[in-house]
Amino acid sequence: MLGRIVGAAFFVVTLAVIAGTLTVRADEFTKEDLERWQNEYMSVVEKGRALWVSPELGTNGVACAQCHPNAANTHPETYPKFQQQLGRVIALRDMINWCILNPLEGAPLALDDPDMIALEAYVMYERRGVELAPGKH
Amino acid sequence: MSNSKMSRRDFLKSASALAAVSCLPVSMVELAFADKRKNFMFAYISDSHIQFITGGGFVRNWDRGLIRAVAETNLLQPKPDFVVFGGDLAQLGMKEELDHGAEMLAKLDYKTYCVMGEHDYYLDLGEYWSKLYGPHYYSWDHKGVHFVTLNSILTYDDWTHERWPTAEQRMLEMAGLDNPNGSPFMVGKKQLDWLRKDLEKVKKETPIVVFSHSPIQKIYKGWNFWTEDAEDVQALLKPFNDVTVVYGHVHQIQYNQIGNISFHAVMATAWPWPYPQSYAQAKSHLPKLTVPMNRADPFFERDATGWQFIDIDNGRVSMEYNLSNNTNRTVAFNPKTGKPEDSAFQDPAKRIPPQTHY
Ligand code: HEC
Ligand SMILES: [Fe+2]
Ligand SMILES: [Fe+2]
Repeated sequence: MLGRIVGAAFFVVTLAVIAGTLTVRADEFTKEDLERWQNEYMSVVEKGRALWVSPELGTNGVACAQCHPNAANTHPETYPKFQQQLGRVIALRDMINWCILNPLEGAPLALDDPDMIALEAYVMYERRGVELAPGKH
Repeated sequence: MSNSKMSRRDFLKSASALAAVSCLPVSMVELAFADKRKNFMFAYISDSHIQFITGGGFVRNWDRGLIRAVAETNLLQPKPDFVVFGGDLAQLGMKEELDHGAEMLAKLDYKTYCVMGEHDYYLDLGEYWSKLYGPHYYSWDHKGVHFVTLNSILTYDDWTHERWPTAEQRMLEMAGLDNPNGSPFMVGKKQLDWLRKDLEKVKKETPIVVFSHSPIQKIYKGWNFWTEDAEDVQALLKPFNDVTVVYGHVHQIQYNQIGNISFHAVMATAWPWPYPQSYAQAKSHLPKLTVPMNRADPFFERDATGWQFIDIDNGRVSMEYNLSNNTNRTVAFNPKTGKPEDSAFQDPAKRIPPQTHY
């Protein structure tokens, strides 16, 4: 008898838990959620743009925007790709670091550095709408 | 074979010895000279962007570009009649930058004419530049050609005088090529009036060569590959038979023909710029005639930079692009088609993959 009552109680609790999770199911999101997430992304894009025009990434005062206005000629849609001078297939962030190291005479960023992610977010944003072309030189 | 062809070979030998490069290929143009006396040559160096580093020193990469251009220009044989520096000598208009750049330019063995660039101007509105190089716009005659230098990088008065709390900020806002706070370049009414008067005394048969920093044509407003009152300048040049405009600012090969006016852009000694069509979010209008320079290889810091020498053949321009890490290019006026054409690549079937920009 006791066992049945406990069992029933457990059943009710389980139902409540399921009902509770229903309201936060992963595939249900609102317009407000979408807006908020886009804004989160755009705030990182803005940070990336600020870095793009900033002398702080390097040591010689040069900024990415001096040679890449609107991030043009960065071709993020082509990565990963073979970079002939390095002799291997590399990621976009490797090439970002290459330009930090060389024309900016700076120290490369860690590959998961929030600044690196911001630079990528900005580069991709300026290139939105362009078809993926992995491997294209 | 013309004399200038020989001279380029001489230049080649000495330049390769000096610059310690294995070869500096110089492509040649054969030109039918109707009247040899009317032909001469001058050199064009532009956009050196000498950049002061806070705390001392200058950006090595940009220094090297100008030093190399000056050294190579001094090796031209026979000597060019003069040199033009096409603007953007400095990066942020600072006295340190202009002095350092002027010191390098002073090593040129030739008379040098200077054009104002926006990077030279917007800190003190050209005051210190004037101490070094004199008036912002002027004209002169040379061997039957009327030369005009314009200051084409002016803009609206309220942007220049009212908008910015400090001169330093004004300079920075104009220095960012893709900065939406910038303002379109223009020649302005005062200078247009001067140009009208200057041209009144010139015969319609006299060849005219105009030097400006920005293109006196509209290519892409977003990066100021643009002059707001370009049509007004073009209208003043329209009555003349042979007109050429040579401009800097765009750091890339461009050329065009609009009516009677040929347009040629020159390379920077500092760094190359993407063609505007590489920016996916905006429309631009690169002249259809232009066969682009090769895409730059960032692993060679002088790639897609260079300087040029210009033959004036009966009043028309033949532009030889001396490209530091690349095969040279020649773009010359073709009297048969009435427009400038590349001597090797004009035919679409002859184009090569590095000329595709995206
Ligand atoms: C002195 C000029 C210069 C500066 C400054 C510069 N770059 Fe570059 N960068 C280049 C050139 C030239 C290329 C080759 C472009 C091409 O492939 O068409 C390039 C290529 C790249 C590429 C790869 C593009 C491709 O097509 O594969 C990326 C990514 C890049 N740069 C990012 C940056 C970043 C980030 C910065 C700032 C930290 C920066 N660059 C600063 C000149 C520069
Ligand atoms: Fe420039
Ligand atoms: Fe400029």
